[in-house]
Amino acid sequence: MDAYLTLIQLLDSTVRLATPLLLACLAGLYSERAGIFDIGLEGKMLAAAFFSAAVASLTGSVWVGLAAGIGASLALSALHGVASITFRGNQLISGVAINFLAAGMTVLIAQDWFRQGGRTPSLMGGARFEGITLPLADTLEPVPIIGPLYAELISGHSVLVYLAFATVPFTWWLLFRTRFGLRLRAVGENPAAVDTAGVSVVGLRYAAVAICGVLCGIAGAYLSTALQAGFVKDMSAGRGFIALAALIFAKWRPWYALWATLLFGLFGALETRPDVIEAAIGLKVQGQLLGALPYLMTVIILAGFVGKAIPPRAGGEPYVKER
Amino acid sequence: MTFMSKMLGAAAAAALSAGAALAEPALIFDLGGKFDKSFNEAAFNGAQRWAEETGGTFLEIELQSEAQREQALRRFAEAGANPIVTMGFAMADPLSSVAPDYPDTKFAVVDVNWLDLPNVRQVSFAEHEGSYLAGMMAAMATKTGTVGFVGGMDVPLIRHFGCGYAQGVKAVNPDAKIVANMTGTTPAAWNDPVKGSEITKAQISQGADVVYAAAGGTGVGVLQTAADEGILSIGVDSNQNYLHPGQVLTSMLKRVDVAVYEAMKAGEDLETGTVVTLGLAEDGVGVAMDEYNADLVTDEMKAAVAEARQKIIDGEIEVVSYYANDSCPALSF
Repeated sequence: MDAYLTLIQLLDSTVRLATPLLLACLAGLYSERAGIFDIGLEGKMLAAAFFSAAVASLTGSVWVGLAAGIGASLALSALHGVASITFRGNQLISGVAINFLAAGMTVLIAQDWFRQGGRTPSLMGGARFEGITLPLADTLEPVPIIGPLYAELISGHSVLVYLAFATVPFTWWLLFRTRFGLRLRAVGENPAAVDTAGVSVVGLRYAAVAICGVLCGIAGAYLSTALQAGFVKDMSAGRGFIALAALIFAKWRPWYALWATLLFGLFGALETRPDVIEAAIGLKVQGQLLGALPYLMTVIILAGFVGKAIPPRAGGEPYVKER
Repeated sequence: MTFMSKMLGAAAAAALSAGAALAEPALIFDLGGKFDKSFNEAAFNGAQRWAEETGGTFLEIELQSEAQREQALRRFAEAGANPIVTMGFAMADPLSSVAPDYPDTKFAVVDVNWLDLPNVRQVSFAEHEGSYLAGMMAAMATKTGTVGFVGGMDVPLIRHFGCGYAQGVKAVNPDAKIVANMTGTTPAAWNDPVKGSEITKAQISQGADVVYAAAGGTGVGVLQTAADEGILSIGVDSNQNYLHPGQVLTSMLKRVDVAVYEAMKAGEDLETGTVVTLGLAEDGVGVAMDEYNADLVTDEMKAAVAEARQKIIDGEIEVVSYYANDSCPALSF
């Protein structure tokens, strides 16, 4: 029973760690499926983390904070869109610029607003997303096996976690079962064909980049207002890049993205419990190895050892109608 | 023409007076940033105190990446700053290559004690002694007999903290269990409060009810989660008791501010080529007692800590340093 409870706690931690990765991964999925590579996920998450915490702290309402976070992330998305769609700039360079911009800007503004050295004050009460206790969680808790599973693992997360998981089937439906999704995918494979059909390539790509901005905004807000109670400089700590790795690992597919980010989240959770690994496999595994695994696995996938990851064909190339 | 020569004259006079004026000291912060509420902030407070007392000004830079270390050192040295005070063990290598090029400039470095350079003053702290006292308090405060340690980047310095802490815990309760985790192996581990929170939750699920964070900005997440989950935490470097009043047992103080203040005060007369170690005897390290943790600290704890402090100073208790043989008698990492 103890082992079972430990497993539940481990999975609970997995869910918390996977949620920002999942949101950022899906954000990248929309953008890249439409042919716009986005390595600025990290920067957008960071900017959203700051603005959601800052505005939540100023207004006392976490929902206003969330809106501000999404707004900040959308603004950076618009920048990426203007640079790479309208002006046909290099998408990778624009993404890198966004990362640097966010890293510097957040600390600068935080220092100017709060004078706490690039931090926001600690959020209290309504300025923070609290965990939601699902109906019957307390009643079911004494039930063996299912009780702890429901009360500990499924119940008790913040609303953003449930939103993130609901986004997976929605994304699948939107991309693979609607006209908008078909066009969005087509614009990442063969924009000329979409253009010939009389659909605006630029419009579709902007739409994809905007969706990416919204999702990154939620991911950032989750970091600073749900997992933490405030912003600390560079708090996204490379999660945007791990999300990109997960996106490649998931071969640009929504359901695979869920499994990939859960797997990477599990690595993160295991890293905090070396004793569990030792008990399970009888070997002392260095936490560093688990931290590096997401990247290692991505390299293996990219090298084509396990299946093959083929990016959208028109990815990274600005669309030029006529020369 | 007259205007021109006046300008030149003024410029020459300015240059002369600049040369005659005392050189400004410079302060280079480590990657955690000036306001990490911890190590670097303590340095800033020391410099600030010097500036207020003397009316002087100092140059400063917050490093953003590893590559800037040497660059910043050279820039300040070229600008004539003297002394140049630098923070953190990672400055050791850049200093070894830059300091010999500027023999007339004096450098001070905190947390380094293994260099052999005539114009560098090395200041290190006996963190294991202060952590030992924090460990004693943790062991006396715990109800479950399990305490936690969350390190930042996995470097010998942080193991040094953890090792002293573990010895303190074991001194009070030899059967106590210590759960130790490091946040990561890259500098990002100093600024990852989300991971700090997860580690704290993992330690709580293993029974820990007092957690010591020696992890820079990551520690903010550790202290927050400890407060949210209703367990006690121990802060580090600066006094962090006020962050969550009544929920931070104490803070292991490392008086970096004193080291920086004294270096700046000495100015160009700074004694270099020496290694200074500040321990309990010099009040370089210690545990913070103030109104925010007054309700948590029992008289018994105070007495035990005071007694142990005196015994360490007198040499009756020997706290083994992790550096001594790169291993810890009380804890395996």
